[in-house]
Amino acid sequence: MRVVVGHLYPDYLNIYADRGNMAVLAGRAAWRGIELEIRPIGMGDPLRPGEHDLLYVGGGQDREQALVAPDLAARADALEEALAGGAAALAVCGGYQLFGRFYRDRAGVELPGAGVFDLETIAGERRMIGDVLLECELEPGERRTVAGFENHAGRTILGPGARPLGRVVAGFGNDGESGFEGCRRGRALGTYLHGPLFPRNPWLADWLLAQALGHALGGEPPELAPLPDELEREAHEVSAERARARGGRFD
Amino acid sequence: MSNGPTSPVRGTPPSPEPPNEGMRGPHYTCPVRLRLEIALARLAGRLSRLAARGGGTTIPGKLLAAVDPGGVGRLAARLPRGAALVSATNGKTTSTAMVAEILGRDTRLAHNAAGANLVSGVASALLAAPGAELGLFEVDEAAFPEVARRVRPHAVLLGNLFRDQLDRYGELEIVAERWRGAIDALPEDATVVANADDPRLADLVRSRARAVRFGLDDPSVARDQVPHAADSTYCVVCGTPYVYAAPYVGHLGDYRCPAGHDERPPLDVAARSIVLEGLERTEFDLVTPSGTRRISLALAGLYNVYNAVAAASLALSLGAPLDAIVDGLERFEAAFGRFERIRTGDRTVLMLLVKNPAGANEAIRTLVDGRPPAVAVIALNDEIADGRDVSWIWDVDFEPLGASLDRLVATGSRAQELALRFKYGGLDPDRIEVVPALERALDRGLELTPAGGELCVLPTYTAMLALRRVAADRGLVRPYWETTSAEAVGGRS
Repeated sequence: MRVVVGHLYPDYLNIYADRGNMAVLAGRAAWRGIELEIRPIGMGDPLRPGEHDLLYVGGGQDREQALVAPDLAARADALEEALAGGAAALAVCGGYQLFGRFYRDRAGVELPGAGVFDLETIAGERRMIGDVLLECELEPGERRTVAGFENHAGRTILGPGARPLGRVVAGFGNDGESGFEGCRRGRALGTYLHGPLFPRNPWLADWLLAQALGHALGGEPPELAPLPDELEREAHEVSAERARARGGRFD
Repeated sequence: MSNGPTSPVRGTPPSPEPPNEGMRGPHYTCPVRLRLEIALARLAGRLSRLAARGGGTTIPGKLLAAVDPGGVGRLAARLPRGAALVSATNGKTTSTAMVAEILGRDTRLAHNAAGANLVSGVASALLAAPGAELGLFEVDEAAFPEVARRVRPHAVLLGNLFRDQLDRYGELEIVAERWRGAIDALPEDATVVANADDPRLADLVRSRARAVRFGLDDPSVARDQVPHAADSTYCVVCGTPYVYAAPYVGHLGDYRCPAGHDERPPLDVAARSIVLEGLERTEFDLVTPSGTRRISLALAGLYNVYNAVAAASLALSLGAPLDAIVDGLERFEAAFGRFERIRTGDRTVLMLLVKNPAGANEAIRTLVDGRPPAVAVIALNDEIADGRDVSWIWDVDFEPLGASLDRLVATGSRAQELALRFKYGGLDPDRIEVVPALERALDRGLELTPAGGELCVLPTYTAMLALRRVAADRGLVRPYWETTSAEAVGGRS
């Protein structure tokens, strides 16, 4: 079995240790005998729909984000086609914003987005920084928690057609007000949570890996063999505890 | 710059006297109000120490700042030879301590040697050294603009800007732009000493007349490539990735924009013919406008060559003779917790503070190149001073260290996260022990270290302070606030 991950702009969008997410995906695939290949997609590189089972885009500083935004926005059709073909996706922080329709900064200048998600992001006065805990239900009846860290000035507002990734138990989330965090569209997820995301939320890494395998095999996502995740569970608990104790909120 | 050459000073040396004694010296006249505030603030520092709250190194300054925000500036204005500020993401404690070693024999310094580097720490250092001639302050990157505005320095050293504690400092661009504002607001006769190997810092002094540009000039010690976690690798003018003739530490190196918009400027002060000798010493030619001298530094690591060249450049601009610079650098021993060796029975602890990817990468590179350790204790805390966001550990290139380890003791409040970093970095989980309590982890590490051996301990900032406290309680080291001539430390670095 083989999974191909397309990592968008790893040279530009890597601010929150996105390679940690890649390391976890690669490790959890390898331990199950699944070959995982990570192909960087740089500025101007072709994105051929169907080539990648999972697309990943991380976060960057404002400057890097502005540099890649036009390149990403120009890929809107290719991304749309890839997702329609069943590819999975994860967009984190800055990448999440750019997967929306646009990002408008404090001066009113807009960065174009790829429009994968029906959402828009507007820079706010105060940054939302802190530990976060979410409750998600990616599969009906299966409630799981996601623990991470957020650091963003943008307020993300979901459009009428958009579903959030999860409900905020502690922390700010998309905008600090709605009580929701992230966005989900089929096999594509967007979130502000880093930390990075996967090491302390291995179930989410596995969920995306299974979706990617579904794309690779041309069917439903397979059941993955469980792994010894004791350390991961402990790390999740510590992170979740931090969010409960000191997760961000507006006064 | 406006301060004359370092003149030998007769009379009381800077610091044998305890920091909290009352004001003395006929030269110290001050208005009644400020005098009262000073006495009150010092008393608070002493009470803090008595109450065993720590070094009490920022309490007096906090109090002064609270009762009289302008007091810091007025105290600084009394310094006959003015003040110099040192800021950087990495190495500011060490490079400032080096400058203190160079100047301190001839000049009475007010120096926040304990690393308390916010406005309050600078105020405390000023309060603790009433007879000082020159202020020498390391300053937190975020606090630099405010400290510069209040203290009005005659010289400023900008060492480097790396990705660090994004939850606390925000993005690198923002820090750099604030520095630009602070530098542009300095009077024209203030000297700005900048690391020309850092494209952002070179850009800050591009059009400044009184600037000293320093860097490394020895491609034989360059890296093969710029490491993963590097920042600032895009041209400050056009955004094209820089091409490096020689990357040295992170994004620091000999760079140029392939489109021709930018390149490393000529160096005024440089290190050449660098020889890295294991974990013990480093040698290099210090090339300055006043001549070239061979330096033998009792510190390992290329990053310490940067610290030394930075310190030499600032000392030169403060008028120090080259002889004093050579002597000071060669006398210098590690600042607390920064490549500090602590004897405990028949074993030694080698403590290397790690706090961000660039610094951690260099610490690891130095260890692995020098003597790859078989046992390491790595401590990850997530207090404000460490960064509450621990994601940075995934940007550190720990793998070369993991390859040599028989045993990793992961400790600190986020010990599990650190253990995961190594697990997914390829270290066999059976070789990883998770011991969150710092003191127990230290003892476990010592237990795993053979007699006569050296245990590598890599802690984040608050973990380093806590571990040093353990060592102090066991009588192995003096508390950090007693380690230096002026009032020693507290706060973060």
